[in-house]
Amino acid sequence: MLQLDSIDVSYGPVRALSGVSMEVPEGDIVALLGSNGAGKSTTLRAISGIVRPTRGTIVFAGQRIDALSPERIVSMGVVQAPEGRQVFPELSVKENLLIGTYSRRDRRRVPEDFSRVYTHFPILKERQAQAAGTLSGGEQQMLAIGRALMASPKLLLLDEPSLGLAPLITKQIFEIIRALNKEGTTILLVEQNARLALAVSKYAYILETGSVTLAGRSEDLLATEEVKRSYLGAGHSAR
Amino acid sequence: MERGINNERNGNQGLLRRIAGTGLSARLLLGAALIVLPIVTAALGRSYVVYLYSLVMVYVIVTLGLNILTGYTGQISIGHAGFMAVAAYTSAILTGRFGVPFSLALIVASLLAAALGLGLGVPALRLQGHYLAIATLGFGVAVGQLSASWDKLTGGYQGMKAPVAAILGFRFDTDLKYYYLVLVLTWLSVEAAQNMLCSRPGRALMAVRDSEVAAQAMGINLAKYKVTAFAVSAFYAGIAGVLHAHLTRYVSPYDFNMGVSMTLLSAIVVGGLGSVPGSILGAVFMTILPHVFSRVKNLPLILAGLSLILVVLFLPYGLVSLPLKIKSAALRARARRATKSGNA
Repeated sequence: MLQLDSIDVSYGPVRALSGVSMEVPEGDIVALLGSNGAGKSTTLRAISGIVRPTRGTIVFAGQRIDALSPERIVSMGVVQAPEGRQVFPELSVKENLLIGTYSRRDRRRVPEDFSRVYTHFPILKERQAQAAGTLSGGEQQMLAIGRALMASPKLLLLDEPSLGLAPLITKQIFEIIRALNKEGTTILLVEQNARLALAVSKYAYILETGSVTLAGRSEDLLATEEVKRSYLGAGHSAR
Repeated sequence: MERGINNERNGNQGLLRRIAGTGLSARLLLGAALIVLPIVTAALGRSYVVYLYSLVMVYVIVTLGLNILTGYTGQISIGHAGFMAVAAYTSAILTGRFGVPFSLALIVASLLAAALGLGLGVPALRLQGHYLAIATLGFGVAVGQLSASWDKLTGGYQGMKAPVAAILGFRFDTDLKYYYLVLVLTWLSVEAAQNMLCSRPGRALMAVRDSEVAAQAMGINLAKYKVTAFAVSAFYAGIAGVLHAHLTRYVSPYDFNMGVSMTLLSAIVVGGLGSVPGSILGAVFMTILPHVFSRVKNLPLILAGLSLILVVLFLPYGLVSLPLKIKSAALRARARRATKSGNA
């Protein structure tokens, strides 16, 4: 569904990504792992068209998108829930969700998507008139995902949905991610929590300083020594 | 801390909604007052005060415009009087020298201001914060200098006359008649702004203000909305500029200098950023202040500065949030008393 082919991205003189290639097959969850500054968020930004790759191609559903505007890419069905949630604090929960519909052409299905979001996140319905800034961190993350769902994504890009959340809330969020995927949404998941991400995803890519160092089926990666040592902290927890 | 502020803001909006909701009767009352008050004032022989009412409303329009840009979209402008000046001169020249009807001149002059807003908005896309402030400051200063030195067109420092406004042969030749013209246009401006801000485009502007990254990620075209905000804001300033010119029937470079731009900026902060009622309150406050205390030299300026400091320190959401602030303070006091008597 989505193919990145040897992507380079630079911020001024600083090279953030070099030669990143990856693939997200339709209907799957693909995880993108790596430590801080490895280039995970930059990869998502390049896909969304917020930064331009200096080299390489990005193809979505058979069409090149690496030169399209962010609005165009969103309206094609590639939608991002950005890092740190970034809800609009002074707008109400409902208004935040409405913002998600800005890129859509088929407005008739909006009520349907409202009820879909409210089924997955009942708390959002309870709080729909409340300012988004007054929600807890977990609720804000749910709102960020809900807002992205309102754009009726074919491919959902999630940037660190577990960031700063309590383990219990994180578990809840990941259950919802799995449920969304079952409903047919393809998901590219950026995470620092490697154990969780590998458990939920089918394929995974590991980024280090702007390049893919490891890739494969998530269950295979879980068993790899290197992954265990660097990302699962097995070296410390082993007995 | 952050949650507390947001709660206050949220409750504040709830309060405003309730006021707007109790709405109809309260609004009819306000409307009646706005219609009757000037008649009474004029009957008492205070024509100058009727003129002041009109002046206040002119400032309501431009303050509202600036709030759309700064309070709702998060883009600062320190040269907004420049848009007023361009429209004021345009209308004075069109009606005075070329005999163009007032209503046509009003539209052309305001559209010209909007076009300039568009022109300034495009380079402003690349600027943020301080740099945008400097660029708009430059615009305001440039318009002022140009209007002072382009003698042939503007009459230079001496200024130029603007004729009495007339629509379809009806001449608005007294302060009272002109007041009603300004009232109608102010009402239209407020309604239009209210509607725009409560619908799709308004939400997009606030999204751009709150988080550019998220707005973009949701498919909102940043450039389009920012530039449009500049144009709409300048259009409002244009209407106000034209109305100002035909109210005083005179345009000079002093009418729209940097001081005016600063007053406008103070008005949105004192009244309430990102609030329509706040814009109105701020404009009323900043326009009336100098006239109430005009007997003592420099006192109005000192009071304006003082009120700005006090608002920024103690009332970050402006005068419009004052009722709620008082209410919550009263609730806190009551709770304190209750615990005290409970302990005793």
